[in-house]
Amino acid sequence: MRTPRWVPALYLGPAILVMAAACLYPVLSAFQLAGYDWSMGTPWSSARWVGVDNFVSAFSNPRVWSSLLTTLLFAAVCVSAEMVLGIALALALEHPVRGMAFFRTLFILPMMIAPIAVGLAWRYMFDAQFGLINALLKAVGLNAQIWLADPQLAFAAIVVADVWQWTPFVFIMMIAALAGIDGSVIEAARIDGARWWQQTFLVKLPMVMHVIAITLMMRLIDAFRVLEVVYVLTFGGPGDSTEILALHIYKTAFVGQQLGVAAAISVLLLAVVALLSWGALKLSNPMKGEPR
Amino acid sequence: MKRPWWLVASHYTMLLVLAFLCVAPIVVIFATSLRQQVDIFGEPLNFIFMPTLENYRAVLQEDKFDRYLANSLFVGIVSTVVTLVLGCMAAYGLARFRFPGRHAVAYSTLLLRTVPLAVLAIPVFLIWSEWKLVNSLWGLVLLYVAVNLPFTIWLLYGFVLQVPVELEEAAAIDGCGPLRVFTKVLLPLMAPGLAAASIFTFRIAWNEFILALVLTDRQTRTLPVAASLFITDIGVDWGRVMAMGSLIAIPPLIFTFIAARQIITGLTAGAVKG
Repeated sequence: MRTPRWVPALYLGPAILVMAAACLYPVLSAFQLAGYDWSMGTPWSSARWVGVDNFVSAFSNPRVWSSLLTTLLFAAVCVSAEMVLGIALALALEHPVRGMAFFRTLFILPMMIAPIAVGLAWRYMFDAQFGLINALLKAVGLNAQIWLADPQLAFAAIVVADVWQWTPFVFIMMIAALAGIDGSVIEAARIDGARWWQQTFLVKLPMVMHVIAITLMMRLIDAFRVLEVVYVLTFGGPGDSTEILALHIYKTAFVGQQLGVAAAISVLLLAVVALLSWGALKLSNPMKGEPR
Repeated sequence: MKRPWWLVASHYTMLLVLAFLCVAPIVVIFATSLRQQVDIFGEPLNFIFMPTLENYRAVLQEDKFDRYLANSLFVGIVSTVVTLVLGCMAAYGLARFRFPGRHAVAYSTLLLRTVPLAVLAIPVFLIWSEWKLVNSLWGLVLLYVAVNLPFTIWLLYGFVLQVPVELEEAAAIDGCGPLRVFTKVLLPLMAPGLAAASIFTFRIAWNEFILALVLTDRQTRTLPVAASLFITDIGVDWGRVMAMGSLIAIPPLIFTFIAARQIITGLTAGAVKG
């Protein structure tokens, strides 16, 4: 039976309309806004066309480049730590045991609670005077650190918070993937005399490489979108040592009131994320193998 | 094959250590919210302290807390319901019909899922100002529906695909109208997906902070924005902000404990089949 043209439109129309109005249109407007000088609180008609001035002032600002560098470093360190830890833990704990469902419930808690609460918890724990972490350091005879007042340590703090929040995600993805491996394949490798490291690196991991790749892309994309935890934990400080690009854009727009310049920097962040998304789509096409 | 006892023991030890690491910062939030000011600025390793509800009392009585709670609940619930309805329809349309532009719609939806909210905040502030949606809860709802739709559509798309068309056709032949086919055949089979999608949407709408900070005022503030106001240049009012943080954390914690299985389905959907 052939369905008339308007039927799919009826089903998809409302969702497309909302996404177009509140997501696609704003993103496209960011490109337009990047060409204008507009002050908050004034009507858009009073905005002044400035051509590429915003891009020039954005990309001649060394803080933008140092912020990009911070972001790249943050994403690289966090995501590699999360992937290595998550995969290693999943390999160590893949054997099904009683009570695993309960443990998995506890493991997803860090992802479920509000980023603002996550930021607060870590900010309190990293506090120099009354924080838990310094108290523990002192208890084992080490020196207390001024975590959030030192550029390197503050960077370590935002990495720790992100690794705490998202390693469980990698772990759960990998546990699910490893559970899907046909046990007889491993058994065959074992009978053929493969040692545990051969079983792991030459049989198991290659069989779940697809999931590893997708998890990696999802984590990378999200690492570039991080904002709220860092906003609460350090607000980019001390100096601009933890000012990731998303936070720099926010500050430029809503603290510095330079919306046009912020929109110009947005284009840079969008480009990075779009590139990663394109890669993710190549790796995991949910419509793969379907007829057009 | 039975595993030796020491392997089982070390397995559980590792799980317990990991569980402790995951839960400890959350416990810190709740424990700090129950401390008196003197204990908060006292010895951090002092776990035995006189708990007090003073911080909760202060938060609940002052600062129009009920207003912010109502705002958060409204935004969270309305966003979730609208996202589910629109997401269900769109997922069904994508899965069941072949039409020109289907792949274009599908891929752009997927790409929209990755837009950083900081990037969205700037143009949205401008557009919402023009559309008179700034400082309105509906403006926030519209935004949360839009940012949650991509994930919801893709999650539910997978669930619709798993329902054989023949089942729907059989129900139709037996005299079910389209609405009854949907509620009696499709809906029960999609229930786990709907549960996951609703929890993920509610989580974003309830927890989200940056867009709400930019787009609300004294009347339309949500709880995370209200909590952020305890963080000032002169310092953080730890007792109250942790009380607020605990209250914000409670609904997602409850959902996690009653629907962990569905949440994990949602997390792994798309990447891990099964």
